[in-house]
This record gives sequence, C-alpha cells and structure tokens, in this order.
Amino acid sequence: MEEEFEGGAVKKFMYVNRKPPYGTVYALEVLEMVLISAAFDQDVHVAFLDDGVYQIKKGQDTKELGHKNFSPTYRALEGYDIEKLYVEQESLDERGLTEADLLVPVEVISRADMARLMGEMDVILTA
Amino acid sequence: MAYSVAGKTIDADEEGYLVDINQWNEELADLIAKDEGITMSPEHWEVVNFLRDYYAEYQIAPAVRVLTKAIAKKMGPEKGSNKYLYELFPYGPGKQACKIAGLPKPTGCV
Amino acid sequence: MSILHTVNKSPFERSNLNSCLSHVTAGDSVLLMEDAVVAAMTGTAYADRIADAAKQVKLCVLGADLRARGLDPAKVVDGVAVVDYAGFVDLAAANNAVQAWL
Repeated sequence: MEEEFEGGAVKKFMYVNRKPPYGTVYALEVLEMVLISAAFDQDVHVAFLDDGVYQIKKGQDTKELGHKNFSPTYRALEGYDIEKLYVEQESLDERGLTEADLLVPVEVISRADMARLMGEMDVILTA
Repeated sequence: MAYSVAGKTIDADEEGYLVDINQWNEELADLIAKDEGITMSPEHWEVVNFLRDYYAEYQIAPAVRVLTKAIAKKMGPEKGSNKYLYELFPYGPGKQACKIAGLPKPTGCV
Repeated sequence: MSILHTVNKSPFERSNLNSCLSHVTAGDSVLLMEDAVVAAMTGTAYADRIADAAKQVKLCVLGADLRARGLDPAKVVDGVAVVDYAGFVDLAAANNAVQAWL
C-alpha cells in the first residue's frame, strides 16, 4: 500500500519510546527526531510503551530540576501532521495510569496489537 | 557572539540566536532585526509575537511549514502563506523571525 | 513481514529483553548480543523464558560476545543458535526491519 511521492515511496516509520523523560536524554532526542522526520513526508507512527508512557504524563513540572519541560512539545506533533500516537494498555496498567493521565490524544492498544503494528513497519527506531 | 542593549550584554550563539530566551525584550528584538536588515513593522511584530506565543505553548520553535499553517489557521490564508512571510523575512521566516523573537533555531528545519 | 529484534542489555539489569519477547510475533528473529548474551545460558533464571521464546521465533546469540565473557557457546539453552557476525548480517538481510531494543 505504498504511495508514490517525488523522490520515492512513503515508508512506514515507527519511533518506539520505552524510557521515562529527564533521567536520560533518549526521550528528548527521539522527540526531536520525530519532529525532524515530519519534514520528509513519511508515514510516521509514535509508540509509547514500558516507561515511555511517562513521557506523556500530564502535569510535568521540571522547575526544580533546572531542566526544560519538553512535555508540551508532544502536543505540537499534531501541527506537524504526526497524529498516529499509540500507547500500550498493559504498560499503562502496570504503572497505575489511565488514558486520562496523558497530555495528548492517543490510541490505546493492547500489547498484542502493538506487536502486530510493529510488524507492519518498514523502519523501527526504539529508544 | 553577544548583543548589547541599554548597557547590558546578552549572550547569543555563533548564529545570533539567544542563549537564554528569558533575556529577550522588544528593544533587543529591534536590534536583532536591524542586524538582519529588517525594520520592524506591525506586521513583523505580529509574526514575532505569534512565534513567542507558539513557543510558550509548545516549547519549540516551529518549522516554517508548521508556522505557515498555524498562522493561516489563526490569521487567515493571506498571511499564512510563504509569499507573505518571506516578504517580511526574506532569509526565511523560521530562521529570521525566530531569531528576532529570541527563540532557538526551529526544530525540524532542515 | 518480519522483524529482527536485537537486545544488548542483560535481563538482570534492564527490562529490554522482557519487553522484546513480549512484542515478537511468529516468524520474527531475536539476536542476543553484547551484555544480553548472558540470557542465552542454561541455568539462569531466564532459561525457561528463552526456551519458550525459541519455540516461537528464531533465537540467536552472538558467539563472539559469549566467548568474550567466558561463557561457553556449547551451554546455551536448547533452541538457541550461536551465530557469528556474518550470521548477524544474514539475519538482518532476511528480515524486513531491524528493531534494536536499546
């Protein structure tokens, strides 16, 4: 089901977030990569599983850390036409979180569906 | 590099983007604009203020494509066009307007 | 469509392997490398999980990383294949995508 565009076929990309924000630089780096990828008109999917779900937890306040709170930037993704955000139900459950705890609209899917979705991708980047 | 406004030195990176966004003020914006060869008009301010609001909400400087679309949504298709924005900021609305607004270089600007 | 999953951290330290094995589908391959090779050995707390996974997917371990750690390639869990770097390349080429569980 590949659409042609000038320069080549559109590929299915998935960025898989598995780490919480702030402790390491992974979450921010992946977010920046996702924003940059929007310039290339690919079919971008962003997944949050394991501790990655904490990246989009509501109410983050980093003032005391002296670290930039980049969680509002996830809400900018829509403006970059990146609207395929997936969160794994089991990962939320394990952490006592629900969809209502998340700061951006997402599709909550089961672990099994997440695994299937990964199988449909051309390129997967996990961090 | 650094800017000097009202006897105060304000640090910027080698391309002229502010190191600390909180040091921005309107006088500084005028100065940065002048360095870019731009005389600030109400139309320039409208875009610069839009960028500052965007940054306050999303914590990033938008890519030009995203900026254009967001401006079209808020101010209409006339202003939300590459033509209009490039006339105001000939070297790129993303790069120049962000610099004048005290924001970092746009994310997703390639 | 199939994926080659690579895991490079010990399951005793990180959840990467566990998460990877929870997201594989039939036909996928999993390669244990660097510190993750410890999971390939018999007698560990993960041996059963690995043996189960090996029935569903192609489970491989990088021999060079085993030997570097003094782990005997002859003592890996049944169903786990010991591969060299050329085998790693073959695995990457045989799958549609590579997912590195960092």
